[in-house]
Amino acid sequence: MTRMLEVENLSKDFLLHLQGGVRIPVLHAVDLHVSAGECVALAGASGAGKSTLLRSLYGNYRAGSGVIRVRHDGAMIDITTAPPRRVVEIRERTLGYVSQFLRVVPRVSAIDIVADAARDMTTEQAHNLASSMLNRLHIPARLHTLPPSTFSGGEQQRINLARGFIGSHPILLLDEPTASLDNANRDIVIAMILEAKARGAAVVGIFHDTHVRDAIADRLYHVLPRQDAA
Amino acid sequence: MTDDTLLSARGLNLRFGNIPALIDVDADLWPGEVLAIVGESGSGKTTLLQVLSGRVAPQSGVVWYRDPEGRLLDVHAMPAPALRALHRSDWGFVHQNPRDNLRMGVTAGGNVGERLMAQGSRHYGRIRAEAIDWLKQVEIDGARVDDLPRVFSGGMLQRLQIARTLVTHPRLVFMDEPTGGLDVSVQARLLDLIRSLVRRLNIAAVLVTHDLAVARLLANRIMVMQRGVVVEAGLTDQVLDDPQHAYTQLLVSSVLSA
Repeated sequence: MTRMLEVENLSKDFLLHLQGGVRIPVLHAVDLHVSAGECVALAGASGAGKSTLLRSLYGNYRAGSGVIRVRHDGAMIDITTAPPRRVVEIRERTLGYVSQFLRVVPRVSAIDIVADAARDMTTEQAHNLASSMLNRLHIPARLHTLPPSTFSGGEQQRINLARGFIGSHPILLLDEPTASLDNANRDIVIAMILEAKARGAAVVGIFHDTHVRDAIADRLYHVLPRQDAA
Repeated sequence: MTDDTLLSARGLNLRFGNIPALIDVDADLWPGEVLAIVGESGSGKTTLLQVLSGRVAPQSGVVWYRDPEGRLLDVHAMPAPALRALHRSDWGFVHQNPRDNLRMGVTAGGNVGERLMAQGSRHYGRIRAEAIDWLKQVEIDGARVDDLPRVFSGGMLQRLQIARTLVTHPRLVFMDEPTGGLDVSVQARLLDLIRSLVRRLNIAAVLVTHDLAVARLLANRIMVMQRGVVVEAGLTDQVLDDPQHAYTQLLVSSVLSA
């Protein structure tokens, strides 16, 4: 299968200047390869660095050393050294990310938030697709035109999921996508992830729910707490 | 700088007496991109905006602007009339205080239409229709076209200023604390408006703000300034979520979260 993501020798420390310059080592020599259609679940104890790794893959955290290559328009590009506007472009077309928390411009409606993330379609098509995704995730139509700031945690997470999946990105990074969902919605998210894999997406995620993990993950990648590593 | 860089600054230095306002500042902006400049009061961020837009000359350094024909113009070596023409056509400037840009004795429609007339439009009916259209785009009732700005609220004045600035379809807009001094509910509305207009019209913008949340929501890239120096720059979310410099860490950790 086509290699979509290559992490080699990735290390990451946090240097906290305000705490007297204390250095917190998190990732050490991470090697991870993910192919098209494959789902890798990041495993490890709380605090081991799973979220740090996932955020580094998105370019949200800066790598300390090592490379993170993603397949973008057919070429492998190291996002740790790519200029910022290149990373913006890679995120638009290649790297999708579903975070645990919804962060949006306050007044924008749920449907616009989702439709905005669509690619290669007209505004009308984007709205139709956004609407059907929200319906599928059991967001009632009367909520579509409301800004999600007053929605419940589970509803916000589903807005986030619709926004993350609408772009059909070739690589999907998922941070606890089912954490605040009930079983019915959880099963829909499982189906969405399986569909993404079937169309060839490479998926990397953190899934604490073992039912979800067993349903979608092809293999686990163990993130070891730094003191145990090496 | 690359072939398609819209605005590019190299080696900008400026001191006010003993106070350094800019020290060796470089900056680049590409078409359609929003760049935020953040820092505390006195960090030099507004001075940088003034220098990038040609309003204040640096003591050393250069600012290049690429015009629609692809020619590179040295902003600070241009004759004053050419620079004024640039400000009337390709560029726009949104001030923190809308009264610095609006003409308070001229109607709302006149304020918007004036920029079109300055570009050579002469057909009164068309200018008025476009002015009304722009008032609607910034969510001001078209029926208010003949009202004077002095009867508008602060948030409406700011939206009127944005209409006046964007009516000529600038490629590049400089914004100085566009949401400063407004109620938070009005701020949210304005943020949404700026974000959607910038995206829809593919406008590049340099945005000065002390509000990191505003930078996060509007800007692709961010520059953090402290005492005239750019201490950190990069992807907005990376700089805010994984700040490397001590000053950026201080800024980020000082924000109250609601």
